[in-house]
Amino acid sequence: MENSIDLLNALALISNYVLIPSLSYGSQLALGAVGVTLVFGILRFANFAHGELMAFGCMATIFFTWWFQSMGITHSFFPTALLAMPFAVLLTVLLVAVIDRSVFRFYRRNKSRPVTFVVASVGVMFMLNGLVRILVGTDEIIFRDGQKFLIKAGAFKKMTGLSEGLALKQTQVLTVVLAIIAVFLLFWFLQRTRTGKAMRAFSDNEDLALLSGINPERVVMVTWIVAASLATLAGVLYGLDKSFKPIVYFHLLLPIFASAIVGGIGQPVGAIIGGYIVAFSEITATYAFKKFITYLAPDNFAPEGLGQLLSTEYKFAVSFIILVIVLLVRPTGILRGRVL
Amino acid sequence: MNNKNRVVLSFSIMALLLLTVGYGQSWNVALAIFNMCLISAVMSMGLNMQWGYAGLFNAGVMASTAIGGLTAVLVSYSPVMKAWSAGGTPLTAAFTALLITIAFGLLVWKKIKKGFFRSLCMTAVVLTGYVFMRIYYDEATLAIEAIEPAKTGFLGGLGLPIIFSWIAGGLAAAGLAWIVGRISLGLRSDYFAIATLGISEIMISILKNEDWLSRGVKNVTGLDRPVPYEVDLQQSEWFINLVTRFHGTADDGSPVSADILRETIQLSAGVFVKICYSGLFLAVVLIILWFATRALNSPWGRMMRAIRDNETAASAMGKDVTSRHRQVFIIGSAVIGIAGAMLTTLDGQFTPGSYIPLRFTFLIWVMVIIGGSGNNLGAIIGAFITWFVWIEAEPASLWLVSHVNVLLAETNPLRVHLQEVAPHIRMVLMGLILVLVLRFTPKGILPEKAPEHY
Amino acid sequence: MNYLSGEYLTGGYGGADIIRDCNIFVDKGEIAVVVGPNGAGKSTAMKALLGMLNLHKGHVFLDGQDISGMSPQQRVSQGMAFVPQNQNVFVTMTVQENLEMGAYLRRDNITETMNQVFELFPVLKEKRKQIAGELSGGQRQQVAVGRALMTRPSVLMLDEPTAGVSPIVMDELFDRIIEVKRTGIAILMVEQNARQALNIADRGFVLVTGENRFTDTGEALLANEEVRKSFLGG
Repeated sequence: MENSIDLLNALALISNYVLIPSLSYGSQLALGAVGVTLVFGILRFANFAHGELMAFGCMATIFFTWWFQSMGITHSFFPTALLAMPFAVLLTVLLVAVIDRSVFRFYRRNKSRPVTFVVASVGVMFMLNGLVRILVGTDEIIFRDGQKFLIKAGAFKKMTGLSEGLALKQTQVLTVVLAIIAVFLLFWFLQRTRTGKAMRAFSDNEDLALLSGINPERVVMVTWIVAASLATLAGVLYGLDKSFKPIVYFHLLLPIFASAIVGGIGQPVGAIIGGYIVAFSEITATYAFKKFITYLAPDNFAPEGLGQLLSTEYKFAVSFIILVIVLLVRPTGILRGRVL
Repeated sequence: MNNKNRVVLSFSIMALLLLTVGYGQSWNVALAIFNMCLISAVMSMGLNMQWGYAGLFNAGVMASTAIGGLTAVLVSYSPVMKAWSAGGTPLTAAFTALLITIAFGLLVWKKIKKGFFRSLCMTAVVLTGYVFMRIYYDEATLAIEAIEPAKTGFLGGLGLPIIFSWIAGGLAAAGLAWIVGRISLGLRSDYFAIATLGISEIMISILKNEDWLSRGVKNVTGLDRPVPYEVDLQQSEWFINLVTRFHGTADDGSPVSADILRETIQLSAGVFVKICYSGLFLAVVLIILWFATRALNSPWGRMMRAIRDNETAASAMGKDVTSRHRQVFIIGSAVIGIAGAMLTTLDGQFTPGSYIPLRFTFLIWVMVIIGGSGNNLGAIIGAFITWFVWIEAEPASLWLVSHVNVLLAETNPLRVHLQEVAPHIRMVLMGLILVLVLRFTPKGILPEKAPEHY
Repeated sequence: MNYLSGEYLTGGYGGADIIRDCNIFVDKGEIAVVVGPNGAGKSTAMKALLGMLNLHKGHVFLDGQDISGMSPQQRVSQGMAFVPQNQNVFVTMTVQENLEMGAYLRRDNITETMNQVFELFPVLKEKRKQIAGELSGGQRQQVAVGRALMTRPSVLMLDEPTAGVSPIVMDELFDRIIEVKRTGIAILMVEQNARQALNIADRGFVLVTGENRFTDTGEALLANEEVRKSFLGG
């Protein structure tokens, strides 16, 4: 009896601190990585401005949220940001359309080397970085409203009688549900519609796609629209779940790239798997397992240290180590994408 | 306009700009910008070797800068003996454990055939090694960081003159580049860029968190200087005499008052120190420029460019592309490492928290692209212009904002907001410059080869 | 006037001219084959017809109309279909999706055309849900030809369709190509396997160093002593 309660406590503990956070963080990474991988598949370059694009989308959502809140449009349960997001998506799509027209199209017409695109994306990164900070500042912004918790830690303890609490934030559930819907729509689009198939064909074999009469400019535009929408969604979900801080989005770039590469670059399914792998590894490697081990180990045994593989500040290292392992063991990624 | 005229013209304009700042703002500001321009020039020459000569997209410039900075601390700070005696033994044990683990790992890799069994052995070796390392390492760091945490709490350095660290920093950066190159060279440019970006982020988190090594975010301040201190200068006789000779008399020939003279001496001390730094930095820039130009025009440089322009053809001709890339990556990183050590020397302190990729990686990229990839003088002028804009954009945009703000009421939230965010205008400006240069003059201000018709 | 003809084609990929004063033509319902030694400019000549080359001189006519100024995509929409030698299928897509992509420009119902392709290549119907990258070399070639046919072209151009497939598969593929010809399509083919190709050809062109050396019916070329000696291995 004692043992089984310990087991349940350990389970609640690990769910609260590792499983649930990884699931929502993984969904956020996955949405970002799908955007990166689509842009890579179609435009053939790693877009360094993707993190800033997420920041822009989230910022736009914040502005619309504030506007709605000032008009008194809120909901007691759902965050106002959900209503604001579609408008922000439109704005972000408009932004990437302008960026593509003014920056990237030129190099596409000139058939420039991929690395030129990357340098140009660094320029775009600078501009978006400054733009976001000019518009919204650098401070941390919490724009979540509505109900915060679906299950509170205290209530869970009372309900189950366990000594470990399990809290379920609304944003965590929202993240996972919205990510599933977005991914479902994306795959329906890619697998079933004419345009989606054209995108896959273009990504697969550009020359043959041109010979089949597929219009490259149209494919590129649709790709940007999808990538910008997903970037906004990912940015907003991340911002809702934690908080909005412009600098954080730059640092998300590395785990997002890692997710895309782990899954196989150019492969949307791979990017999603990659997102969860990176998130789980990052959180597992930096979680202190001391309490968890104490529950599971025989009585009177407690590990001496924190039982933490890496200190929390080293979470970049996790993405990077995953990158290196993929690089050495399977450069094509899990789903055999392109070799970068 | 031929290339020579372009060089003369662009450097003259730059000199004019700096002089304007000197007369307009102050000589202290102008020299401060000039010194940072020189350091930036070293960084951009290093990156130019990697990108301009060889076409490597190194997004980890920051890592080399930071390790150069760390070296400056490790060379110049006096050793903290108490920390050594407290944590030296377990730290040595931890490193021994690391070496043994690596040795065993290599043994397993070499001796056992590829397959499940090897993976199993490898995992076992790594895990066992990790446990031993952690045990000693945790003990060591606890002991070291407990020694006067407010003052030291780290091992300190060798206590040598800091100027040695410029060479040592280059070597350390070269060593790091060797490891990085082993992992990530030979891949397509995007992957290399992502990998190097990752390494630089890890490098910074190490510096921020390994307090026993670098004091982490507590920073190391009060580093040794290769030049005199302002306070000493103000008291030394020869300096006072020197200043009095130039500024001792007013325009009408009468001696100036003691107060004004003291103030002049104070200002002049600052200028004098900066000029000393300028001399040292200029020497480094010229030496590196000399080597870089020779290297670029040597058969080695020609081969690098051949590889850059057509990798497939070069490797078909029997050139070992990856090992050439590794060479140039290591040399370029070493140069950046020297600049990193110089920067920490100039600052007199090491602040891991100040290293961010936009400033220490991508800004250097802007310098190289603007200046002219593949041209050493271009890298230098690019560094000068970029740094000048980077610094002067802030007062310029504040000035601009203050003019807009005249129209707004004192408490207008927009006014307050504009005042706050004005510094970020330079980010947009940098991005804009980069994109425009890349589009309209992709060869930069000083192109690699003189354009035939211009 | 032939249905598709390239006259005095001269050009290359930016550097030196690879083909010089090349004349190639084909009519509806006939197979024309371009043969010649390696580096003779066979594929280049075909790419010139498709507009993938900078021409210094010469013109391309399709159905009496000068199409020299058109981009490859425009020529495709005018009824020219091309099967490249390599990477001629979408390897990550199913057979059926490959065929759908072939018909991308068509807005009408494509079921009938697809059924015709399936009739021609029954194995594709069987494997319609399979990923094209998982098929054998010969089956891939069938997908490639099928994809090209989905536009309902008037000219089908094939760049070495039998490269890398076994002799048995090659014979089968040639049989299918003859069937395609019978539907009234003009077929232009570049081939390494000169003897077998000339066997089924109504017209043959022997190119050497970018110039026409012999132009005749396939039968006549096979009978020509010099052609046999120099290009068909005796």
